[in-house]
Amino acid sequence: MAEMTLRVNGSVRELDVDPRTSLLDLLRERLGLTGTKKGCDHGQCGACTVLLDGRRANACLALAVACDGSEVTTVEGLGGAADGDEPHPLQTAFVERDAFQCGYCTPGQLCSAAGMLAERGPSAVTADLTDDPPLTPEEIRERMSGNLCRCGAYVNIVAAIQEAAR
Amino acid sequence: MNRVEGRDKVTGRARYAFEYPAEDVAYVHPVQAAVTRGRILSVDATDALATPGVLAVLSCAEPPALGSREDAELALFQSDQVAYRGQLVAAVVARAPETAREAAEHGVRIGYDAEPHDVLLRADHPGLYTPEKVNPGMPAETRRGDVEAGFAEAAVTVDATYTTPTLHNNPMEPHATMAVWEENGDLTLYDSTQGAADDRDTIAEVLGLPPERVRVVAPHVGGGFGSKGTTRPNAILAALAARAAGRPVKLALTRQQMYDLTGYRTPTIQRVRLGADAEGRLTAISHEAVEQSSTLMEFAEQTAAPTRVMYAAPNRRTTHRLVRLDVPTPSWMRAPGECPGMFALESAMDELAVAAGIDPIELRIRNEPDVDPENDLPFSSRNLVACLREGARRFGWEGRDPRPGIRLDGRWLIGTGVAASTYPSRRMASTADATVEDGDFVIRIAAADIGTGARTVLTRIAAETLGTAPERVRVEVGDSALPRASLAGGSMGTASWGSAVVRACEALLKNGERGTADTTEDVEGDTGFSRHAFGAQFAEVRVDLDTGEVRVPRLLGVFAAGRILEPKLARSQFVGGMTMGMGMALMEQTIVDERDGGFLNHDLAQYHVAACADVQDIDAVWIEEEDPHLNPMGAKGVGEIGIVGTAAAVANAVHHATGRRVRDLPITPPKLVG
Amino acid sequence: MKLFEYARAADAREALERFRPGTMYLGGGTNLVDLMRLGVARPDFLVDVTRLPYDTIDADGDGLRIGAAVRNSDLAAHPAVRERYPMLARAVLSGASGQVRNMATTAGNLLQRTRCPYFQDVSRPCNKRRPASGCPAIPGDHENLAILGHSEQCVATHPSDMAVALAALGAQVHVTGPASDRVVPIPGLHRLPGAEPERDTVLTPGELITAITLPPPPPGRSHYRKVRERASFAFALVSVAAVLDVDEASDTVRDCRIALGGVAHVPWRAERAEAALRGAPATEEEFVRAAEAELAEARPLPRNAYKVPLARNLIVRTLQELIP
Ligand SMILES: Cc1cc2nc3c(=O)[nH]c(=O)nc-3n(C[C@H](O)[C@H](O)[C@H](O)COP(=O)(O)OP(=O)(O)OC[C@H]3O[C@@H](n4cnc5c(N)ncnc54)[C@H](O)[C@@H]3O)c2cc1C
Ligand code: SF4
Ligand code: FES
Ligand code: FES
Repeated sequence: MAEMTLRVNGSVRELDVDPRTSLLDLLRERLGLTGTKKGCDHGQCGACTVLLDGRRANACLALAVACDGSEVTTVEGLGGAADGDEPHPLQTAFVERDAFQCGYCTPGQLCSAAGMLAERGPSAVTADLTDDPPLTPEEIRERMSGNLCRCGAYVNIVAAIQEAAR
Repeated sequence: MNRVEGRDKVTGRARYAFEYPAEDVAYVHPVQAAVTRGRILSVDATDALATPGVLAVLSCAEPPALGSREDAELALFQSDQVAYRGQLVAAVVARAPETAREAAEHGVRIGYDAEPHDVLLRADHPGLYTPEKVNPGMPAETRRGDVEAGFAEAAVTVDATYTTPTLHNNPMEPHATMAVWEENGDLTLYDSTQGAADDRDTIAEVLGLPPERVRVVAPHVGGGFGSKGTTRPNAILAALAARAAGRPVKLALTRQQMYDLTGYRTPTIQRVRLGADAEGRLTAISHEAVEQSSTLMEFAEQTAAPTRVMYAAPNRRTTHRLVRLDVPTPSWMRAPGECPGMFALESAMDELAVAAGIDPIELRIRNEPDVDPENDLPFSSRNLVACLREGARRFGWEGRDPRPGIRLDGRWLIGTGVAASTYPSRRMASTADATVEDGDFVIRIAAADIGTGARTVLTRIAAETLGTAPERVRVEVGDSALPRASLAGGSMGTASWGSAVVRACEALLKNGERGTADTTEDVEGDTGFSRHAFGAQFAEVRVDLDTGEVRVPRLLGVFAAGRILEPKLARSQFVGGMTMGMGMALMEQTIVDERDGGFLNHDLAQYHVAACADVQDIDAVWIEEEDPHLNPMGAKGVGEIGIVGTAAAVANAVHHATGRRVRDLPITPPKLVG
Repeated sequence: MKLFEYARAADAREALERFRPGTMYLGGGTNLVDLMRLGVARPDFLVDVTRLPYDTIDADGDGLRIGAAVRNSDLAAHPAVRERYPMLARAVLSGASGQVRNMATTAGNLLQRTRCPYFQDVSRPCNKRRPASGCPAIPGDHENLAILGHSEQCVATHPSDMAVALAALGAQVHVTGPASDRVVPIPGLHRLPGAEPERDTVLTPGELITAITLPPPPPGRSHYRKVRERASFAFALVSVAAVLDVDEASDTVRDCRIALGGVAHVPWRAERAEAALRGAPATEEEFVRAAEAELAEARPLPRNAYKVPLARNLIVRTLQELIP
């Protein structure tokens, strides 16, 4: 077991973890934060996306011990309020636009979108690499492609993100 | 209306099966067969049992007592025979998930006596036979008139073979269960299932418990697309493991394990023959489907069934033949039968249109039947022609130059295609309960919301029946303790549950306090009509001349599915189905090792489902359809028809763009480059 | 996953000191943790090298120095990379997802292992994973495996996009090791499978990558193009990194660099094609001739023959687009 400290949604947790434990399993199995989902456990679906030190990351591929000293924001903390009762504009837009069906990819989509909106720089579809491109639907689609949605809610996800970004 | 559970889903509060808290919970990890067929000679779990934290090992070395072994996929550890590579043969229970997995993978040694096996589906397989029935209880073969004579008199014919690969449902939520044995011997399962009541019954039967001793809880399910429609081994394994460990046990199959253990869409080989006169009127239709099942059980998919209702032709035949291989048992996947079957039929119709020099929409209109062409029953409603016309108008079909391979934009070839969709409109008996509690209405029904929006649409149906605002109605679903209801499958959910909810609300209105309903009799009266939803799908594709990459800038579906009860949610269902259909057209396939039958690309990096970047403009609209012969709501299902026809529309557009007819899905760059 | 010990190294010395048999360096973990969970990698010790002082990009001078721990997304977003090495930015951006790129490091990206399906499945034999156990991909599924430089022992491909661009740019990999420091060029870091497919690179146990340096950007225009089965978040079927410098007065090729991804066990520098093009007219016919010269030695397997025309078309089209 290894000792570590993690700041999760604003509160500091002192933990003793098996070095094999992923950040995802730590959140879900130890801290009761089951909002973050496990879809593949291999970085391939994005359901586990959290903000790790402010940047979106796949919690399934992060070893918890390697996150010692880090700050994590999960879907539960996205809105800022600890009780999740102050919805983030993305959360509101997702509900309004019906940007999910089963809801299982949704927390990952939301955290990914929040992280994505804070990112600067080009993407694979940006024509001129020297500019920070405007957030067109094409840019959103490329940047959100690390989050699979088997229900096929992409059209509404893109619309919701556009709306929240306004 | 927004989804009533929307807030819970966007805040992470909605709990899925694996996420219920429990004291002192343990974890179980499966061990899978390393041979394709054979006998287990020995199970050595010494190392696993010596691992600190391991609580129990399950295997056929000590078969747990079961009540029924009828479903061989669920009769865990009862037999030493291995029926397919990846079958569940043992499992390790431990306090920590990391320990269970490591001990399962490295602490259990299984000795096998491998036997020769047979894993490849071929159209000339000597083991092919005609099953007695195909799902769900339909004849395997139908015939009318003289097909050969019909072809002989045809001015134009098409005779082509289409193949679809093994496909996996891949819901985002893995199949997961938490099993809790209560002190009195009752069992509670938090299970990711499409039908709490059926799941409960199956589990009780397999475990040899009376159904009332078992409760299945599943308020939120992270997709299923058919794969959670039948009880899967994870539920039984969790229950057995919890019994062995004497504490609650959780299990979520890994993505890789899901490929072997949760069903899949059978690969198909389909020969379609069409004959038509010079005006394009069909003289004969023949659709012969070849598919597989396992040695354990017969699962006979109704691949050619849609051909029985689509087009008029005096001479017709549909057949299904099956071969039993050393593979896992196939199961339901979104629009089983209709989806792969309509890829073949609607591709063939496009080929016929090209051969006859007739516009593909016009060809379909010319073959519109007055009554169900196989049983002469009237259609309760049928608006395929209206869908085709409306779609043509919105999509801008008019003036389309039918010549293939002539539209170039830079290095992209451009084409458009159309295909029809169909899906049966059925319902099943359900019960429901409506009460008034604290001034609000509460509806209870063991329905399932797997993302379809059932909770929301039932809220709407109840509110309309009760003449109240949806905010005053609370609908409880996803629990076998609620009044028994059918499962979420076959696009029957809304029709089945809605019927019960309407009746229960009507009863409540009559007596003021409480209403109950059982629709068994209503459903028995559903005869006398052929009931189906129809639709038309339009695709525009761009194909890179150099690389064979295909992009789909536009996909439009126009559907006639009875009354659309909740437009926002219905559109999501249609578009979701079309999105999956586009993935089926362009990228989805499970690659099977031809030598051992194992699924090779068993994850989400190698098995590609459509990603956000693949989806540009996908839209669905519908035409108003009044159908008094369905159910109190006048609704047909919307969950599956969206995936029916999409692949053909895309393939037809690829032909229009390139002149290349791809009859073997998916249409990947390797098939177009050259 | 086998139980292991985890330690975070503060500098290269500490990392090297901690290295003993059974140790692996941990970068972003996006490949290593993946492989550990699959049971493909079973280290006893992990030495986390992400906090080493190698997380900066130094753009002073003509070239560029990229620290080994620089995250892929930071690399692609760096102004000097975007302006002077756009092909590298494009290659990095075409790989994986936004999340993975935020985690993945430069060194880890170079050393990621093949995506051959058999390699990733410990229930199957694989010469790369278990030497001398056999290569089931050759008689089995190899649709996405190598057409160039493979051996009878292994037909795997190297999956990195970034490495393809680096191969075209002629990058240098700076390595520190128990014995000494050295510089290994790309191409040159990765090796062909030969009779030892278990060795992906020329690095020896314990060697630590500290940085990658790039020579000044080659003159001319450059591009990275990747073909895959879906529009994003998929590995390459075939990719090409190309730099073309055309003498506009004579319309002839002054110089060019071409590297291919998805075709070999290494990022494949297309030297024959380059040689065929130097001094040749910058025309489609010459591009075709050059591509065919390169692919003449391709030995496709029954199910990946499509990669030959795909690579050819991709080379030709990419060069065409680079004509000023
Ligand atoms: C779903 C998915 C999709 C992907 N798609 C693509 C794609 O399309 N294109 C692409 O190019 N890549 C793709 N990748 C791969 C990704 O780019 C790599 O996993 C990543 O770059 C590895 O970097 P890392 O820092 O996480 O390495 P790690 O996983 O930490 O390490 C990888 C290897 O490098 C070694 N290592 C790390 N740092 C050092 C060092 N400083 N010195 C010596 N050895 C070191 C480790 O010991 C290990 O052997 C994908 C990955 C995933 C999970
Ligand atoms: S190609 Fe290489 S990596 Fe793949 S199975 Fe063969 S030896 Fe293993
Ligand atoms: S669970 Fe982490 S990406 Fe799928
Ligand atoms: S909403 Fe079900 S997977 Fe996205």
